[in-house]
Amino acid sequence: MSSKSENFFTDCVKDAAMGGLIALALFSVLIGMKAEVASGLGGGLGIEYRWAAVAIAVAVVFGGRLLLNLFVWKTKTPVTEKAGSLMPSMSSLAPLGKYAMPVFLVLAVLLPFLLMSAYGARGSRQYLDLAILVTTYVMLGWGLNIVVGLAGLLDLGYVAFYAVGAYSYALLAQYFGFSFWICLPLAGILAAFWGIILGFPVLRLRGDYLAIVTLAFGEIIRVVLLNWYEFTGGPDGISGIPRPSFFGIEFTRGEGGFADVFGLDYSSIHRIIFLYYLILIMALITNFVTMRLRKLPVGRAWEALREDEIACRSLGINTTNTKLTAFALGAMFGGFAGSFFATRQGFISPESFTFIESAVILAIVVLGGLGSQIGVVIAAIVMIGGFEFFRGLEEYRMLVFGLLMVIIMVWKPRGLISTRAPSITLSGKKGKGISADLVQEGHG
Amino acid sequence: MSSWDINPVLTIEHLTMRFGGLVAVDDLSFNVGRGDITALIGPNGAGKTTVFNCLTGFYKPTEGRIVMNRLNGEHFLLERMPDFQISAHAKVARTFQNIRLFGGMTLLENLMVAQHNPLMVASGYTIGGIFGLTSFRKAEREAVERACYWLEKTGLVDRADAPAADLPYGDQRRLEIARAMCSGPELLCLDEPAAGLNPKESAELNALLQYIRKEHQTSILLIEHDMSVVMEISDHVVVLDYGEKISDGTAAAVKDDPKVIAAYLGVPDEEVDAVEEEVGI
Ligand SMILES: Nc1ncnc2c1ncn2[C@@H]1O[C@H](COP(=O)(O)OP(=O)(O)OP(=O)(O)O)[C@@H](O)[C@H]1O
Ligand SMILES: [Mg+2]
Repeated sequence: MSSKSENFFTDCVKDAAMGGLIALALFSVLIGMKAEVASGLGGGLGIEYRWAAVAIAVAVVFGGRLLLNLFVWKTKTPVTEKAGSLMPSMSSLAPLGKYAMPVFLVLAVLLPFLLMSAYGARGSRQYLDLAILVTTYVMLGWGLNIVVGLAGLLDLGYVAFYAVGAYSYALLAQYFGFSFWICLPLAGILAAFWGIILGFPVLRLRGDYLAIVTLAFGEIIRVVLLNWYEFTGGPDGISGIPRPSFFGIEFTRGEGGFADVFGLDYSSIHRIIFLYYLILIMALITNFVTMRLRKLPVGRAWEALREDEIACRSLGINTTNTKLTAFALGAMFGGFAGSFFATRQGFISPESFTFIESAVILAIVVLGGLGSQIGVVIAAIVMIGGFEFFRGLEEYRMLVFGLLMVIIMVWKPRGLISTRAPSITLSGKKGKGISADLVQEGHG
Repeated sequence: MSSWDINPVLTIEHLTMRFGGLVAVDDLSFNVGRGDITALIGPNGAGKTTVFNCLTGFYKPTEGRIVMNRLNGEHFLLERMPDFQISAHAKVARTFQNIRLFGGMTLLENLMVAQHNPLMVASGYTIGGIFGLTSFRKAEREAVERACYWLEKTGLVDRADAPAADLPYGDQRRLEIARAMCSGPELLCLDEPAAGLNPKESAELNALLQYIRKEHQTSILLIEHDMSVVMEISDHVVVLDYGEKISDGTAAAVKDDPKVIAAYLGVPDEEVDAVEEEVGI
């Protein structure tokens, strides 16, 4: 027994020493010598030796490898396995899902007032701006969830529809002087229209091919916006996009402005709060429509399509049309969000619609759990909010953020909320969630 | 003239399907009688599934004509129709040799998807459904009732809210039949429904098929390897070998056909000897 454990220990040390030796060989050159313009030598090149740094580096490698050997690689009971079991399991989180919806909703509705009372009008502005940003991404996530989560069509170019929505509003306002409330539906319709235009040729492709073509489409839209200088202003973008009014009442100082009409003191925060509620309502409508559609034949056909397209066709479902409706609807909500983005910023340029935006939205959907509405909310808060939260860490922000995402994906490979609720049950009760292991992800 | 030639629900004429050089189905013609259970049998690779894929639109036949004669007198040329319309308009439903259920959806949802087209119309192509029209609610209730009916007939009703992928194999096969029946077919095509079933399940399946044929004016065309099933329930048997029809008749007649025996058991020794003598080995 004791000889065995001794053996184990010497084994570990030997292996660690080997690692240390290799580190020494590498680091003595890489770290140990530094070419420097030494001022004492009259500007000539000199070599500075840093043996202490080498010693530290080698010690770190040796120590690190020894610890890993002892506790992870060579032992029969790796600590990493135990660490995994420390994470809360699926079942313990299930009740959370039930209350999350109402809690989030109440919090979201009260948020401006909570912030105002906590930080005052001036201090809460920054948090409200963040809340608007997060809610915009929640809406985009919900829109994309229709396409990716329900219909199982991997769309990497979702930002294109966001751009179409934003530019539709900006251009309609610029050329025809339309107001936000007229442009909002038009932007949605135009985005849906482009969704169908793209969908027709593309939706016969499957899986990877669909992903690549949608990605290309996203880029094409951006490049067109960038290069069609006379029409879109190219890289200069479009500025002076009209702000939304509160049913005709502008948020301006003085006579006839929002504050004047409602007998309040003028404050610029009014418009921010209005924008927050605007996007919140738009997002909630997106959610409502999606939840509703899931229980209708189209929604069920989308999910069936994700599960098995061939079986769908054998049951008489026109798969092309079904995919197109998912695509167009997702695009429409993207378009709505886009025109909100334009009116909030007052200025748009193609730079806001790069591929990274598509990636972030898709990451929100995947991280939240494909097809899960509440998952999208949590993921958007974690991703967008977290990104801002770590701003204090400066250049390490990306690192911490990346680590966080890796941890989540290791812990929950199918996303944060990985159960699917049945769209209809015989017992009339809500029904048990279906484990995501049984649910297909779709093949395009 | 046999009974299936008088009033066929399905007529297949000179059906040929080539994959490059391979002739999977070669000039095949037969009729499926209305109200019959017709069995399509043959050794592995004979081209049975290919025939199904042709008549349900998944393959476009190289040559030939497939006519579906509906009860209301309409005729459909299936080889010209897209696959989803064959189910929707010509009322031909099918199951798959390798089961294709919507695994992540519940049994009830599976059967609701099968009633997509009538429900879609009832929901006013979704617009009415969003606003919760009463006519849609009624249609949905009826759809659930129909689903329950078939769940009861297949003995799955107590698992209605469980995901389909969780079912044991035999139950999955029955659910696939229930799902096909929910689309209201006049011809039901089953690809090896008894494969992998134990004798008890197999007997239940026979009873179910008899019931469907009798009570629902649905003719059945089935592919089967299990001879006990074929002999017991089929009115008409068509035998394929290497894509060609080698026999066609009642179960009893086909069973004694020497060509069928040869195809299934290999060629009799005397014939091999005769050929060897001819070429001089
Ligand atoms: N899509 C295809 N492309 C090329 N060859 C095919 C295709 N589908 C079927 N075949 C070939 O056609 C022949 C008949 O296949 P089929 O699946 O119809 O046989 P089967 O009678 O259903 O056999 P089994 O009893 O094993 O299911 C086989 O040789 C098969 O390899
Ligand atoms: Mg087959």
